[in-house]
Amino acid sequence: MSRALGWLMLAAALAIPQVSGSSAWLTFWITTLLFAYLGQAWNVLAGYGGQFSFGHAAFFGTGAYIAAILQVRYGVNPWIAGLGGVAGGGIVGAAIGWVSFRYGLRGSYFALVTLAFAEVFRVLANAVAITGGGQGLLIPLKPGVEHFQFVDRASFYYLLVALVVSGVLIARWLEASRFGAWLVAVRENEDAARALGIRVFRVKLAAIALSAAMAGTAGVVYAQLFLYLDAGVAYGGHVSVEALLGPIVGGLGTALGPVVGAILLHGLGEAAKGVVGATPGLNLVLYGVVLVIMLRFLPNGVVGWLKRWGQR
Amino acid sequence: MELLLPAVLNGLTTGAIYAVVALGLTLIYGVLHIVNFAHGSLLMLALYAVYFLHAATGIDPYAALPILAVGFFALGYVIQRLVVQPVSHGKDQNILMATLGIAIVIDNGALALWSSNTRTIDLPYAFDVVEVLGAFIPLPKAIGFFAALGIAGVLWIAIQRTDLGRAIRAVAKERQGARLVGIRVEHIYAMCFGLGTACVAAAACLLLPTFYVTPQVGYAFVLVAFTTVVLGGMGSFPGALVGGLLLGVVEAVAGLYLGESLGQIGIFVIFILVLLFRPTGLFGAKAA
Repeated sequence: MSRALGWLMLAAALAIPQVSGSSAWLTFWITTLLFAYLGQAWNVLAGYGGQFSFGHAAFFGTGAYIAAILQVRYGVNPWIAGLGGVAGGGIVGAAIGWVSFRYGLRGSYFALVTLAFAEVFRVLANAVAITGGGQGLLIPLKPGVEHFQFVDRASFYYLLVALVVSGVLIARWLEASRFGAWLVAVRENEDAARALGIRVFRVKLAAIALSAAMAGTAGVVYAQLFLYLDAGVAYGGHVSVEALLGPIVGGLGTALGPVVGAILLHGLGEAAKGVVGATPGLNLVLYGVVLVIMLRFLPNGVVGWLKRWGQR
Repeated sequence: MELLLPAVLNGLTTGAIYAVVALGLTLIYGVLHIVNFAHGSLLMLALYAVYFLHAATGIDPYAALPILAVGFFALGYVIQRLVVQPVSHGKDQNILMATLGIAIVIDNGALALWSSNTRTIDLPYAFDVVEVLGAFIPLPKAIGFFAALGIAGVLWIAIQRTDLGRAIRAVAKERQGARLVGIRVEHIYAMCFGLGTACVAAAACLLLPTFYVTPQVGYAFVLVAFTTVVLGGMGSFPGALVGGLLLGVVEAVAGLYLGESLGQIGIFVIFILVLLFRPTGLFGAKAA
């Protein structure tokens, strides 16, 4: 059922540039897929591991800033700088996870501490010189594959399709692997998992490092896509919110949930823009309403509901 | 030194208002055991309510306090009854997500309706000062300080001495037992959410004469409120009061030595440290 849905979505994804090559159309899909992947990063930790983070901006922003700073300030090749961003995101995730899980933070406390870390990063990025402070950081335009910049939007689009497919494969691997089984056991009942001999701390640490490295990857791609960063776009609260909305709407702990959720939310946001015009904040109002309605009526998300429906 | 005393006094006056915000949050946490993420956004909404009420009728913010407290009490009651409770399905993370959803709607609704412009109100006495221990404190800050302590006192007496207060404490301690003796638990939950929201409205009335409002202030305040509550111990009344005063002073002093922008970090660092090393807070006895 969900396997068929996956192939169907991939086929649709490959057809999208054939529908129209216009820049606005492709940019819509590029941003949607970028947030689908960021949502998948969050889903790895929250959907499969049960650890709800409110601060994925900390990892996203770190990935973006490391990639940008390495190439702008130190002249590192953008692809290598990007790898640095991915690693940096993962390391920050592991560090935050290490302190949070070492001191036994769970549930709401974990959510709050991740939020506080993201805010610390935001204030710091705004204050120190290496990030360009309040002025932000501009990555010079150097079109060319070797500079991780693409002349045509379609290339960027295919890159994001590949990224999202890799994210879905990571989630599928969690569903099939021993590590994933440990992680789900931790989500369902941490004490029982420990009693069964699962090394809970290590499993959670690995999950947050993986999740944060994925979020860092999303940050790197964001930096290469928009070629501009400031503390607000990199570490802003809306990044953390975007990361969690898609998976919850689409289906927490399902491989396709974050992708379905991101497409639904961004499609809705775009439709609203068409109806009432571009008012700042309007799309997020809609997202919030959808979030509450989903929690009320479809707490397992769209994919969760489809799965249940398919099993009947 | 001559800079430190005014900073501390200023911090205390701000801290008293933080304490009122935190009292609302800790009341909701202590009874419903939920983390109300929309608390800061409701404060922002209350600040706008004070602003627009003043702009439309010229009513003094302090005189508007009872009106807004009643209005926001009703709002909180309805939010709990119609949104938070039906959404929970008995899962804590659903409630966390639902209150986050409410926060997103309020924050961005304010942005869409009223733009991100900073708004302030002009009061004839805004620049009057009172002398305290040789330092000069703006009059509205001094009023805010004593009014905040008064509100905390009234709330404390209400919880300790009235029937509603007894019912609230009963539900907080033992939900099933309270239900068995005939207390309507859902009603008490909604009353607590309402009272917590009324605290926010009161804080907004005390805050606006010396502060400003933008759609983003809620986001800043929610972390401050959580820090206060966590510092004092989740659900602890005296903890929220002391935590608020302490935090106000820390913020003012950190701002003095580190500058405004880095001074904000002080609060987050305290928050993280307290969560890590003493999640039960300075006054909390129960394990988190």
